[in-house]
Amino acid sequence: MLQLRNQAQAEDVVQETLMAAIQGAKNFAGKSSVRTWLVGILKHKIVDLIRRASREQALDLPDAETSLEDFDVLYTDDGHYASMPAGWGDPDAALSQRKFFEILERCLEGLPKNTARVFMMREVMGLETGEICKELAITATNCWVLLYRARMGLRACLEKRWFALDA
Amino acid sequence: MKLTCKEVGRLISEGLDRKLSLRQRTALRLHLVLCDACTRISAQFRFLRRAASRYPGPERDPGESSGG
Repeated sequence: MLQLRNQAQAEDVVQETLMAAIQGAKNFAGKSSVRTWLVGILKHKIVDLIRRASREQALDLPDAETSLEDFDVLYTDDGHYASMPAGWGDPDAALSQRKFFEILERCLEGLPKNTARVFMMREVMGLETGEICKELAITATNCWVLLYRARMGLRACLEKRWFALDA
Repeated sequence: MKLTCKEVGRLISEGLDRKLSLRQRTALRLHLVLCDACTRISAQFRFLRRAASRYPGPERDPGESSGG
């Protein structure tokens, strides 16, 4: 699990999830698959854990992670794209393939730590940015920059490692 | 307010995380009408959101081993 710091934490959170699932089994309405239901509980447990962890330790955010200069190479001096971003065809076809999610995970692992964490909190767990800023004690501007960096990084990585091969 | 593609990329991203001002939204929409490159970036950012919300991915086939 990418957003947890170690194996022991990951095992604890899975155990807590299963306990919660057993206790809450009667709330399972059968509207979703068991797996979707369990993953939903798991996400909540991970959010709890990140909250506890971020209260214990302020986020260490190096300047390099909030810089926008790395993306300068993509643009000409007047701010246009130096080369046209590739089209991805019908990207949603990838969502039914396990292999795609393995690549996505590897691309996430390639991002700087805080960048990946903020992206996970925002897009995988669906937290609002206000909440993320508060939990991690970072400014809203830094939060938006990290998310922008994550998206730019992931799109470049997926383009290289998935869509370029898929075409 | 005339925007460069570089600025538009940031605004597209921010628009997924907060409500942009009317002025920003208007400038963004005008730019996207004319710019295929930024339209692609916008579609790709929105795709990333759909992909992330489905993470960790589709269910395994029943016959497939769960691995390590």
